[in-house]
Amino acid sequence: MANPVSAAAPSLDYGRIAREALVTGLVATAILGPFIGLITVQNMDHQLILETRWPLLAALIAVIVGVRVFFSLFVWNRAVKIKKVAPARVPFKIERFAAPFFLGLLFCYPIFVLAGLGAGGSIKWIDNFGIQILIYIMLGWGLNIVVGLAGLLDLGYVAFYAVGAYSYALLAKNFGLSFWVLLPLAGILASFWGIILGFPVLRLRGDYLAIVTLAFGEIIRLILINWVDFSNGYAGISGIPRPTLFGIPFNATDKGFAAVFGLEFSPIYRTIFLYYLILALALLTAWVTVRLRHLPIGRAWEALREDEIACRSLGINTTTTKLTAFATGAMFAGFAGSFFAARQGFISPESFTFMESANILAIVVLGGMGSLWGVVIAAVALVGGFELMREMDFLKMVFGQDFDPTQYRTLLFGAAMVAIMLWKPRGLISTREPTAFLKVSKSVSGSHVSEGHG
Amino acid sequence: MEVFLQQLINGITLGSIYGLIAIGYTMVFGIIGMVNFAHGDVFMVSAFIAVITFLLLTTWLGIGSIAVVLMICLVSAMVLTSIWNWAIERIAYRPLRGSFRLAPLISAIGMSIFLSNFVQVAQGPRNKPVTPMLRDVITLVKSDTYDVTISYKQIMIWAVTAVLLFGFWYLVQKTSLGRAQRACEQDRKMASLLGIDVDRTISLTFVMGAALAAVAGVMYMVYYGVVSFSDGFTPGVKAFTAAVLGGIGSLPGAVIGGLLIGLIEVFWSAYFTIDYKDVAAFSILVIVLIFMPQGILGKPEVEKV
Repeated sequence: MANPVSAAAPSLDYGRIAREALVTGLVATAILGPFIGLITVQNMDHQLILETRWPLLAALIAVIVGVRVFFSLFVWNRAVKIKKVAPARVPFKIERFAAPFFLGLLFCYPIFVLAGLGAGGSIKWIDNFGIQILIYIMLGWGLNIVVGLAGLLDLGYVAFYAVGAYSYALLAKNFGLSFWVLLPLAGILASFWGIILGFPVLRLRGDYLAIVTLAFGEIIRLILINWVDFSNGYAGISGIPRPTLFGIPFNATDKGFAAVFGLEFSPIYRTIFLYYLILALALLTAWVTVRLRHLPIGRAWEALREDEIACRSLGINTTTTKLTAFATGAMFAGFAGSFFAARQGFISPESFTFMESANILAIVVLGGMGSLWGVVIAAVALVGGFELMREMDFLKMVFGQDFDPTQYRTLLFGAAMVAIMLWKPRGLISTREPTAFLKVSKSVSGSHVSEGHG
Repeated sequence: MEVFLQQLINGITLGSIYGLIAIGYTMVFGIIGMVNFAHGDVFMVSAFIAVITFLLLTTWLGIGSIAVVLMICLVSAMVLTSIWNWAIERIAYRPLRGSFRLAPLISAIGMSIFLSNFVQVAQGPRNKPVTPMLRDVITLVKSDTYDVTISYKQIMIWAVTAVLLFGFWYLVQKTSLGRAQRACEQDRKMASLLGIDVDRTISLTFVMGAALAAVAGVMYMVYYGVVSFSDGFTPGVKAFTAAVLGGIGSLPGAVIGGLLIGLIEVFWSAYFTIDYKDVAAFSILVIVLIFMPQGILGKPEVEKV
């Protein structure tokens, strides 16, 4: 830095700011010009023609330059603070209070919604928000075992989810087995696939492992699409039997739940039942994860994540350690998959694209790898935010009637992934509580821990 | 035999496109050790730029000469895609350099999602067909049942790929920029001690990768005549497969890998079943990574403590 006092009292270099704003504007024009300024549309003869949108282009460029100038003036120009490296200390035990509160909230959520909105209006809120988010929390916790604890980057996690879903759908439809029999079976099948796929790839490390798991995920999806005799291809499987409460189905017949308990029939009962079912499954995942971390195998996973070579030299069998992590993670995906199939009643390969794997991985990494709380926060923020975009009808009043917020969901999702990484590269919760310690527990800040080559 | 020859020609054409994309993966991996997940979508963006420029020139300006139109398309796609990738690197990857291992990968996955959806929102979700061009064919082998032909566009793809690859090879091997780039690949810290602007070199690597992806994008538009916002993912993964097959970090390896993947895909479709051609490509990726992770021309990785 040329000016020695600039660290304490920065002066504004208006020439430089103007120059940077100009460059930003030029780059934004070059980038957005063809995509925003011009639009390709098909005319009546199905030929592509170009139409212009100059006002929109000008507005966007103005916004980008404005943001850049704002940042130059007020954010980047601040005095550079010297970060104090605080000694790692045990933070205020938020978990002690948060966990019971959070659990209570989860148990009461359907009741609150029912009381607030009545039986008709609350299905959407319990189903789209409650169940949807809980599925992702469960998947996030399952993947957390593979990525967060064992440090194996898995980009094909959705394959095991698909295995669970298709196992339930096919076995229930063709052999008439009940949900409660098939739930463990789907988990076993998925973890079996986890071992089959895991065995050859676990010699690989880091990014290579990620790409191979991605390829496996795609292979499973493509087989589901192309092997029509087995999976009915793109058309998917419909009419999957719904789960029952100890043999009592949730339908309008005389033997249905409502009739047996003398209630008026309403689809809300099934939704609430499904809500508590996925809540139980998710909590099972969390409980198993927490318990496993205290077993030798869980500690071996964490050791593997930190340093594979050190792990091997200490006599840990890395192959079995990795395989158990893979299989355990896959098992929970299998549970979640069979729940998903039972909840939807319809599955098709569309539900198991790479995008889904990326979502789950994003939840784990953005939350902070290895942190159960981080997964919850990230799942609520990403999935809940994603669903909430559907509800933002008021934006139509701002941007006009033909503005559809849902089409921007995925766009914002991608941007949010980048933004959170830039803001907190180690995820929202990056401190680590060691499970094994001498005398007193010291939490470790994420920035002190280097990543192994898992 | 005729079928074989014809598929060989088709396979080399497809393989050149994959090879061009694969170079972007292999260079970025070589210099910063990161799988640039968004590279396939950068390729898709370049194909869109090509379509838009093509329409701009043919419908608005009414230029009739297809050679002139394609030349301008190629140059503008290369320039604009380079700016795209430069900006992506600046925004999404540079701040994460030196951060932990997964951060740039997640950022790249986010960028990939962002790019394909940006194009979807900005240009609409429909396929974009352009008027077919360069459709004339030269018959190479005449037989009673099957004529082996090569179309003008295939010849053009071969020629442009060959010329640009030569230019690119020259750039990397003989210029000071190429030397700086290779130096950064070997040891970034040492290179910066010797006065190489590492940030600038990495930016330029992204720019070069994008320019070659843009060539592939224009070729893709010419060859298939239709572009869609979701076209980035599968060619991207296949090109990455090509880069891995050829030995990641090795430039000739990327080209050889691209040609191999193209040939395998085409022959698989011709002789087995077209349904499973993507499965074939992905299976090769898995098999290569398991049995020879260093690829054909790559150096074996040395494990250091």
